[in-house]
Parts: sequence; C-alpha cells; structure tokens
Amino acid sequence: MTYILEILPSLLDGAKLTLEIFFWTIIGSIPLGLLVGLGLISKIKPIKYFLNFYVWLMRGTPLLLQLIFVFYGLPTLQQFHIHIVFGRYDAALFAFILNYGAYFAEIFRGGLQSIPKGQYESAKVLRLSYWQTIRTIVIPQVFKIVLPSIGNEIINLVKDSSLVYVIGLGDLLRAGNVATSRDVTLVPLLMVGAIYLLLTAIFTLILKKIEKHYSYYK
Amino acid sequence: MLELKNLTKYYGKRLILDNINLTVNDGEIVSIVGPSGGGKTTLLRCISGLESISSGEILIDASPFDPYRNTTNESVIGVVFQEFQLFPHLSVLDNITLAPKMVLKHGKAKAEEDAQKLLDRLSLGNKGHLYPYQLSGGQKQRVAIARALAMNPKILCYDEPTSALDPALRQEVEDLILSLKRDGMTQIVVTHDVPFAENIADKMLKVKPLED
Repeated sequence: MTYILEILPSLLDGAKLTLEIFFWTIIGSIPLGLLVGLGLISKIKPIKYFLNFYVWLMRGTPLLLQLIFVFYGLPTLQQFHIHIVFGRYDAALFAFILNYGAYFAEIFRGGLQSIPKGQYESAKVLRLSYWQTIRTIVIPQVFKIVLPSIGNEIINLVKDSSLVYVIGLGDLLRAGNVATSRDVTLVPLLMVGAIYLLLTAIFTLILKKIEKHYSYYK
Repeated sequence: MLELKNLTKYYGKRLILDNINLTVNDGEIVSIVGPSGGGKTTLLRCISGLESISSGEILIDASPFDPYRNTTNESVIGVVFQEFQLFPHLSVLDNITLAPKMVLKHGKAKAEEDAQKLLDRLSLGNKGHLYPYQLSGGQKQRVAIARALAMNPKILCYDEPTSALDPALRQEVEDLILSLKRDGMTQIVVTHDVPFAENIADKMLKVKPLED
C-alpha cells in the first residue's frame, strides 16, 4: 500500500499528460473531421480528390509511423533547408489531430450522406442559406447519427495516446513502465491498467449521457 | 399572378417538359394532373426553384422571375412535400419559426406568436411542443403547411398531398385547401388523383409523359 501511494503521484502526472493529449486531440480533430467530411461530399472535384488522398494516407499508415515521421523524420529535412521541427508535445498533437481528423471525417461523411435530400430541399424552399442549413438542420441530425461511432474512436484515443511514449513523452504508460523497470514489480503496470480502465469507464458514461440527451427525437 | 411561358425542361438529353404554358391567377387553385413519369413533380420543382428550367419564362405579376436563383425573401414559393420533410430534431413550433427567425429576422416572440396563430388556424393549437415523430400523417402535413405559410408565400405548392395519407383523410385535405383559398391563398396542387383535383381546382393542367 505504501508503495502504491509512493508511485501514485508520478502515475497521475503521466495520466495528466495523457488526458491533455486526449483533450487537445478531441478539440482539434472533431471540427477538422467535420470540415473534411463536408469536403468529402462536396461537388468540387479537386477538393474531394485531395481530401480522399488525405484520408487514405492517414488511415492507411500506422499512427506510430506518423508520430515518428513528424518528430524524428521531418527535422532531417534540414539538410535541404526545410525547417519543420516540432517539440515532442506539439509533434504528438500534430500527428494525433491529423490522424483522428481523418477517421472522424469518414464518420461524418457517412452521417452527412444519411441525411435525406428532402431535408436540404425543404430548407432551400424556406430560403435558408447553405451554411444556415448545415448548421441548423444537418449538423444536429448528423451528431445524433454519428455519436456511437465517435464514441468508439474517443475510447480508442484514450488508449492510442500511449503511443506518444515512442517520442519520449512522459505519459501514463511511460510513468508505469519506468517504475516497473526501476523497482522490478508488476504493481505499477497493474495500476496503469486500472487507470486506463477508469478513464474509459468515465468517458463511456459521459458518452451514454450524451446519447441519451439526443434520444428526445427519433 | 404566376405565368409560365413555353417552359421546357431537359434532364441531360431527355425532354421532360415541352413548352408548358400556364397562368395561375391570384387566389386560384390550379391542379397539375397526369400519370407517374409525366413530369408533374418536375414542373412543381421548376416553379418552386428546386430545378432550373432549360428554356421558357416564368413571370410573377408580369415581371420575369427566376425561382432557381432567387434568394430574396419576396415572392417566396412555399412547398408542402409529399413526405412533408419536417425537421425531425425540432419541435413543431421550432419547425415553423426556424425560417422566419433566421431568414426574415423576426424576433423570437413575434415568430412564435405568428406560428401559434397558424397552429390554431390549422387545429394544431396544442401541438407546438411535440416532435414530428409524435404526430400522425395528417398532423405532419398540416405542420408542413404551417411551416410554408409562416414565410408568407405568394403561392403554396403541394406535391401529391393525398398520397401519403389515409384515404379517409382525403376529404380533410380537400377542406383545408379550399379553406386556405377562402383566405386568398394561391395554390398549385400536383396530384395523380383526378377526382380530388376536380373537387378543388379552378383550373387543371394535364401533363403526359413525352414519347421519345
């Protein structure tokens, strides 16, 4: 018990970083995903092709590779006088937001396409502009439809955030791993597992609440 | 007064409407009848601005009018869709007040007061707080009518107003359309139901599928 209390502060520090990355990624990638999702159903071909390429690239390569590429790869371009150097934390956020933005974009695309054409048409004959229609008619309905899929990705993100370990950020997993190798005991890793479970349980609960809030109509 | 002069519509190379001429006087009810595939819904979509016309002219009160590109809030052509297309995430009252608030920039209080009058007029007085899924087909249709009327349309169009309803409700729709006529509303009704059209219309336009 004393050992648990002893290492808890360092684990909580790690958990704090994990949560920071989690929240900033959500805040960045959901709006990005929505915009890209709108672009994916756009009638302007070049936009559509470019965004399809982006989604393909982000979903088609491992997130771990993307993290390494942004943090270790891009700085090597300096020999060609191209300066793209991120700090560890910024590199992590950059890669996570781009990666999760692509997954959210595909989810939003599906949701947007499930809104019947008649909804746009009735908005049009009521003289609503395109953006008024998107904002007041389409997005509220899309949110309800995509909520379960978004929730799935959110739970994934809690755990995926542990990948930042590879670029040397002190997240929850790293804190546990350091303690385990130092003290040769399984306890820190069990605690890490428990903290992840607790976090996902909390987010699951919040997501259920939001889904329930949206069940006021069918 | 709405006039269509030699209105022609192609979808790609396919001719759908060939030189349609029609005059709809203020306060009149015109029905557009004909079999499926005859282009009656297409004609309605051209009049309400959901489709562009290929050639011909549309005039409102004798001046040229392009419903497809019109973005002003004058000369609104209201539409009651076959499947009503109410906004499922908004209450009945919000369905009706959304456009007056966002487009006509009416204040919340005025928009709601006007909407309540429309609901009372259409015997939906106590339904404002409900959501579309809680309404019957006939009630949904009346909400759709109220929503269109809230924009003070010059003309109100219906696409197959009897087809999504119980046959017993046909009479009710008929009475409603005729009572709106008494209020001075100009109405265009697309239907395949000829007896229904004969009961309500001052004028009938028959649209037939074109042979190619």
